[in-house]
Amino acid sequence: MGGLTGKIIAQSLGQVGSTLAFLILVIAVVEVLLYLILGKALKYRYTLPYMLIAPAAIGLALLVIYPIGYEVRLAFSNMSLRSFKNPEFGLDQAWRNFRMIFTQPVLKQAMFFPLFLRTILWTVIQVTSHVVFGMCLALLLHRPMKLRGLYQALIIVPWAIPQVIAVLTWRNEFHFEYGFINIMLTRIGLNAVSWKTNPFWNFAAVNLTNIWLGVPFMMVIILGGLQSISKSYYEAAEIDGASGWKRFRSVTLPLLQPVLTPAIILGTIWTFNLFNVPFLINQYELETSDILVTALFRAAFEYNRYGFAAAFALVIFAILFVFSVVYIKLTGGLKGVYER
Amino acid sequence: MKGIKRFFYRSRGDSPFKRVLIHLVLIIACAIAIYPALRILSVSLRPGNRLLSTDLSIIPKDATFENFRRLFTEKDFLLWVWNSLIITITTATIGVIIASASAYAFSRWKFPGRNAGMVFLLSTQMIPAAMMMVPIYIIAAKLQLINTYRGLALAYSVTSVPFSVWILKGYYDTIPRELEEAAMIDGMSQMGTFYRIILPLAAPALAIAFLFNFMNAWNDYMLARIMLQKREMLTWTLGLFRLQDQFQTEWGMYAAASLLIILPVGGLFFYSSKWLVSGLTLGSVKG
Repeated sequence: MGGLTGKIIAQSLGQVGSTLAFLILVIAVVEVLLYLILGKALKYRYTLPYMLIAPAAIGLALLVIYPIGYEVRLAFSNMSLRSFKNPEFGLDQAWRNFRMIFTQPVLKQAMFFPLFLRTILWTVIQVTSHVVFGMCLALLLHRPMKLRGLYQALIIVPWAIPQVIAVLTWRNEFHFEYGFINIMLTRIGLNAVSWKTNPFWNFAAVNLTNIWLGVPFMMVIILGGLQSISKSYYEAAEIDGASGWKRFRSVTLPLLQPVLTPAIILGTIWTFNLFNVPFLINQYELETSDILVTALFRAAFEYNRYGFAAAFALVIFAILFVFSVVYIKLTGGLKGVYER
Repeated sequence: MKGIKRFFYRSRGDSPFKRVLIHLVLIIACAIAIYPALRILSVSLRPGNRLLSTDLSIIPKDATFENFRRLFTEKDFLLWVWNSLIITITTATIGVIIASASAYAFSRWKFPGRNAGMVFLLSTQMIPAAMMMVPIYIIAAKLQLINTYRGLALAYSVTSVPFSVWILKGYYDTIPRELEEAAMIDGMSQMGTFYRIILPLAAPALAIAFLFNFMNAWNDYMLARIMLQKREMLTWTLGLFRLQDQFQTEWGMYAAASLLIILPVGGLFFYSSKWLVSGLTLGSVKG
């Protein structure tokens, strides 16, 4: 029945059980060691907090810091499927990798700078649409009226559907003959669009899907912000005779700032790094719809150029890093971290 | 007529025309939001010989459950869901336990390295997942963790730790210290207060963190794709993708499987959406 057998259940439970037992053992050893060294021997006053963060610190060190270090090392190698067992390491390999990123196609034809520009275009289109549509819907929903709860629940549906399902469903619906979009287009007398094979329309399809997916989240965030704005500001503005647009400009927007700014920054980073939508919608793997992270994935797992992909990943990371630093410098965005 | 008038006159001093317009815009937005989801329902009910049709009605005329039956008899659907469930639950449990402890340390002590730690946690959120794939894949291959539950569960549980710590710390910060001090005067140890006072009070935040961890692993496609290749190890995202990849005739089964995944997860989502949103704003407002 459904491919699930008693043997598989027993096997998986056994594997999970042994993993948990192993983890508990490791953590127990670490905690005892910390307790003995920091607490008993050194009488350190911060023993307990260090014991509390130890498991997370070890986990992050092994699964985030170590892989990043390994990635840097890989960028200095020519590892690929052919030289998986015995890659060559060296400065000249790193130089070759980094030079290749900017001078040769990253995949078959796609060059780095067009990819980079497309990623920026994609991020700008997405974040702008999410904020604009999300803001419009939130403003419409933020007024007393009937059916408001129902509207809100229905508009959130795209967010509630697991992303992979939403994306694969849209991919089906971009089918030339049997997808509902083309059926509707032909019924109102327009030409059917080849969403999957035409480079321009394929990129449009990726964008449409992600707008559909991303607006509800932004709407909910903005709605939450709107609800926290006290009504008295609007009453004061009304007494001063401010028009609707004026009220929006000088009351709503500034007071939404604390909610909007982090949402936009996070949205920018998430969109820049988004994998599922551009990768899965693009069924025929048109390189003209790739953004940096999907190109990175293809370079690594379809072309199996691991050393090159590692160098490529470092370049992408550097771009994000510069963006974050500029943002932090501009807004002092990390202040909140230190305050308590 | 009067009813309709009253319906549109309820709020503010807006003209009826404006009010009709607002409802119209919202109705269109709702239609755009739910129509693709309704299409999944409609395709899943189509009989096999009519999968490819230009019919746009939501419940097809000759609706059957044939696709659902075939999904269970011909495909490994239950196996996929089982694999996903076991990986996801392990992940979320480990992740929340680890995060709840370290968030407590970040919330209550100013130990050396605390600020650097918080900045580090925040900056891990900016690392593209695709960037970590190459080293994680190669390390996993060398440690023979490919095609195991353990490899995926460990990888997922750590990736959502920073976010959980962030949420939980924000929540612990709102719990007054006086509570713990009072308990400690009564002779309870520091860990005792954490376990008996803080954790029960933080139950909503723990639930949010669990849900985030769960959703993160449950909906993942990329890491699962590189870590799992054997047929009996596939998670539902990979399984659905395979259904999709084959001939168009599998469309019906794909839709049936999607529907079966959406209903419980979507239900859980709507049930918890209020807390989800407050959880998202919690960290930023009170951080």
